[in-house]
Amino acid sequence: MARKPLLHYFNGRGRMESIRWLLAAAGEEFDEKFMETAEDLDKLRNDGSLMYQQVPMVEIDGMKLVQTRAILNYVANKHNLYGKDMKERALIDMYTEGVADLYELVLLLPLCPPEQKDAKVDFIKEKIRTRYFPAFEKVLKSHGQDYLVGNRLSKADILLVELLYNVEELDPSAIASFPLLKVCPCVCTLSPSEQALKTRISSLPTVKKFLQPGSQRKPPMDEKNLEKAKKIFKIP
Amino acid sequence: MAGKPKLHYFNGRGRMESIRWLLAAAGVEFEEKFIETREDWDRIRKDGSLMYQQVPMVEIDGMKLVQTRAIINYIANKHNLYGKDMKERALIDMYVEGVADLNEMTIVFPVHPPGVKETKLSEIKDKAKNRYFPAFEKVLKSHGQDYLVGNKLSKADILLVELLYNVEELDPSAIASFPQLQALKTRISNLPTVKKFLQPGSQRKPPTDEKTIEEAKKMFM
Repeated sequence: MARKPLLHYFNGRGRMESIRWLLAAAGEEFDEKFMETAEDLDKLRNDGSLMYQQVPMVEIDGMKLVQTRAILNYVANKHNLYGKDMKERALIDMYTEGVADLYELVLLLPLCPPEQKDAKVDFIKEKIRTRYFPAFEKVLKSHGQDYLVGNRLSKADILLVELLYNVEELDPSAIASFPLLKVCPCVCTLSPSEQALKTRISSLPTVKKFLQPGSQRKPPMDEKNLEKAKKIFKIP
Repeated sequence: MAGKPKLHYFNGRGRMESIRWLLAAAGVEFEEKFIETREDWDRIRKDGSLMYQQVPMVEIDGMKLVQTRAIINYIANKHNLYGKDMKERALIDMYVEGVADLNEMTIVFPVHPPGVKETKLSEIKDKAKNRYFPAFEKVLKSHGQDYLVGNKLSKADILLVELLYNVEELDPSAIASFPQLQALKTRISNLPTVKKFLQPGSQRKPPTDEKTIEEAKKMFM
């Protein structure tokens, strides 16, 4: 059980990035085996490693786990990032699932046809502004503590902060025109509580390390990488 | 903590049905408050009960829980339907997530326009037969036990059996070539709590029909 977890995915964020964040924040070192071609994916499928023929797949503690949530929950359990009792777990799950819903919208954006992209981005920003950010803001404000649940770091904090970073990247024009600005001058601006949470989590030694160049954190998807991923997964 | 859980949803299966199955299988009595009119919908969204302005919402043990997985996990934890240790939990989650992926297709199926429905039905049949059912059949075969994980009933068994019923409604021969799944379905269906839930008059909801969809669309869109 001493071997490092081995992550099987393509060399990009996709559905594996949350897992990378969580392992990194938990201080668990991991290795990565990147699929570069459709043949690499076929090989994994043919050798029976993938329960549903899909990745992410993580070899960890003698298991070949698939399904993002199963992997995240296992890592959270293992590293005490899942609260102290049933009720805390419920809150953590409730917050994590909201994060996941928004994350899903952002995740699929690169696959959106160019002519629909602006509308999609507007839709996402609307949801951020009216649904998700108010919800998380309310939680943080309600107890005024440093973490979302139980005054203690959990997967909810780490995954929310990952999302906050992703959301800030969402307005490419803003970032292009104002590269030195930390936030875009639009609805993606973080509230004080969220900014505080983001800063706090980002300052944790493990997370700080992960945020530095040279870590296993993956960059946003670019055209070249998108084409490669489409070939691997046979997306038209 | 003595009050019964209260389920807030439309009078139909949707995303609440898995929660009904789990509560029923666990032997937990529950109440339901149905959202029937536009006013009901506006009211529940305005009173701050819904963290993300969405249902399902379940009032349980002093909490107003939303998000299907959060609710399911809480019930599973509370009623020892989540394995005995971290690794069993991981397997249970892995199986439940596969079930959820296929179940999602059956949940949204009624909403598709007629032309699209045929394509979607083929997709469901194909995925069930070639991806998901073989995977679960393999698990059951590998250990030959009565339940998917740890020789003990878990949320994985209950939710898989719900899925089998759902897929069979769309494709009656869906599990014809999966003997282990057939046996699991029979076994789980014979548990006293599940047997009761499967009988007429229970809180199990019927398949969603065209008329219900049309009415819902009028109300909420």
